[in-house]
Amino acid sequence: MSAVIDHGHAGHDHHGPAKGLMRWVLTTNHKDIGTMYLWFSFAMFLLGGSMAMVIRAELFQPGLQIVQPEFFNQMTTMHGLIMVFGAVMPAFVGLANWMIPLMIGAPDMALPRMNNFSFWLLPAAFTLLVSTLFMEGGGPNFGWTFYAPLSTTYAPESVTFFIFAIHLMGISSIMGAINVIATILNLRAPGMTLMKMPLFAWTWLITAFLLIAVMPVLAGCVTMMLMDVHFGTSFFNAAGGGDPVLFQHVFWFFGHPEVYIMILPAFGAISSIIPAFSRKPLFGYTSMVYATASIAFLSFIVWAHHMFTVGIPITGELFFMYATMLIAVPTGVKVFNWVTTMWRGSLTFEAPMLFAVAFVILFTIGGFSGLMLAIAPADFQYHDTYFVVAHFHYVLVPGAIFGIFASAYYWLPKWTGHMYDETLARLHFWMSFIGMNLAFFPMHFLGLAGMPRRIPDYNLQFADFNMVSSIGAFTFGVTQLLFLFIVIKCIRGGKPAPAKPWDGADGLEWTVPSPAPYHTFSTPPEVK
Amino acid sequence: MSELPLRRLVGRLLAVVVVMFCFGVFVLPPFYDAMCQAFGINGKTAGAYQGEQRPDESRLVRVQFLATNAAGMVWEFRPVADELLVRPGEPRDMLFVAHNPSDRPMTAQAIPSVAPAKAAAYFHKTECFCFTQQVLQPGERIEMPVRFIVDRDLPKDVKHLTLAYTLFDITARKPPVAQATP
Repeated sequence: MSAVIDHGHAGHDHHGPAKGLMRWVLTTNHKDIGTMYLWFSFAMFLLGGSMAMVIRAELFQPGLQIVQPEFFNQMTTMHGLIMVFGAVMPAFVGLANWMIPLMIGAPDMALPRMNNFSFWLLPAAFTLLVSTLFMEGGGPNFGWTFYAPLSTTYAPESVTFFIFAIHLMGISSIMGAINVIATILNLRAPGMTLMKMPLFAWTWLITAFLLIAVMPVLAGCVTMMLMDVHFGTSFFNAAGGGDPVLFQHVFWFFGHPEVYIMILPAFGAISSIIPAFSRKPLFGYTSMVYATASIAFLSFIVWAHHMFTVGIPITGELFFMYATMLIAVPTGVKVFNWVTTMWRGSLTFEAPMLFAVAFVILFTIGGFSGLMLAIAPADFQYHDTYFVVAHFHYVLVPGAIFGIFASAYYWLPKWTGHMYDETLARLHFWMSFIGMNLAFFPMHFLGLAGMPRRIPDYNLQFADFNMVSSIGAFTFGVTQLLFLFIVIKCIRGGKPAPAKPWDGADGLEWTVPSPAPYHTFSTPPEVK
Repeated sequence: MSELPLRRLVGRLLAVVVVMFCFGVFVLPPFYDAMCQAFGINGKTAGAYQGEQRPDESRLVRVQFLATNAAGMVWEFRPVADELLVRPGEPRDMLFVAHNPSDRPMTAQAIPSVAPAKAAAYFHKTECFCFTQQVLQPGERIEMPVRFIVDRDLPKDVKHLTLAYTLFDITARKPPVAQATP
């Protein structure tokens, strides 16, 4: 396969990157843009993480010690917004930019200029969002779900900036998604049929469709907020004949598919990594594709399970309860396939595999607590407690974030041309693993005992578990600086990586040299 | 493989985006209102009473009244009685008292809600101060009527209804018309 790829200076238009800062501002190269997305996402991960550190420091002991409740509310809100829209989503767009053209044998993304624009909207959006913290009245303090009327009638003045920041992020995500769909549908190498694509391309294709379906609904939702705040409409204002509960329906119509937007690309990456380190092909490729599509479809009809307590007719509660539980079936298919891929494989546990195995185990735990929350009558007890916080951190940290770490270690040799420091990477894994479990596992017990979320103070009975949780969070937080060090060390040097550093790896990306040349697959590869 | 030209593909994807935006803004809210009307979700009461106006002598339903001020509302606002025993199918009246203690004219809007939610669709108001806005001059006090009928088809297991009003200050949105003589 590699014989047909010419990486020399054959094409007359072959050129390297431009020099200086303008290379990054003006670039339309998918690798440059992918790199910028990944660095931006990591910066946001550290920013959102430091806000989590403020939250955990305040909750280290009962009573108010460090921050005022108003600021605490801004921290919980901004932590959620930044992690969802600034860290996880851009990281996956970055991985898509880097890897999808390499995986399907395309020379670049289908719409390179739009690609540049969709990235550069993000720094603008987050500057706008973060700047609200320094405004009079403070930043958003209504939770990342920004329920009306907290975010309309009772919102700080800065809410308009928040709304425009969400608009910009939405436009950026929509453009990114259109680009991914156009690339996958139009630029596959000859012979690369849809059912031969790596699962990462598949899960991203489905994610992109979810994005173009629900990001406009989010844009509509914040537009209605804007109208309510400034133009006298009453979409969510009971005094004018509207209904705040309508906000929750519109928000979660976006919000539930959104949680799959944050996890499906990780499913795809893990489906490449586990076979590579099990030295076996993926078990049940076709069922993986159909399971992903089923999860995406079901994600549209389960949104009201986030709002069982608002007063839904009993038939509605039953419908949303059973529909939610149905998602366990395709998810179970995926977990089964990953475990079966490892079954009797020749396993080795390099850093990507460690993160991937932890992903499978811990994501399953998060899935199970999700099933508990799906039980409508039980949800009345769990609603808005730390049990919910434990649940979604178990699916997002070892799910999305570990998926991103696994992908980063797996493809770093391809990106940088050097092997990363395996010892440090394993240390990063174990510190993250221990820190994360220490931080989030006690939250299950706190929630079941009735500790409410988003409150800066708590009853004395919750003190011990909160202290354990804070220690775990600090451990996890500091460990991420080690990740930064490992990546910088890998960029600056290290053992030169061969074209295919993982002997069990499969896919077109390993047919190009490491580091991947600035232009790849200018001539499409031939796919068997 | 039938591939669309890039321009047409992107055009179609953008169309999906526009359709979904309109779905969120122009379809979901009216659809939600229709669902609320149909199923009495969120205590939205039913429309005009269609059934026979003959009292159901076989049972009595206790209707309780609640009056609450929304945040920032300064009016005194209460029902003249806490509850009534009513027979389904029988029109009944209730009075709510409102008093504006402030030194400026104010406009208010009352929003009703009926609990339990499954009974809301069986609660009909034929006359209500919540159908209009109230303007009170400084220190003014009024009695506001509500006339209602509990549906004869009210489920047998509902013996207890609550009609709650929340009073919102909408002076900023609908300024009271200035009076010629103070």
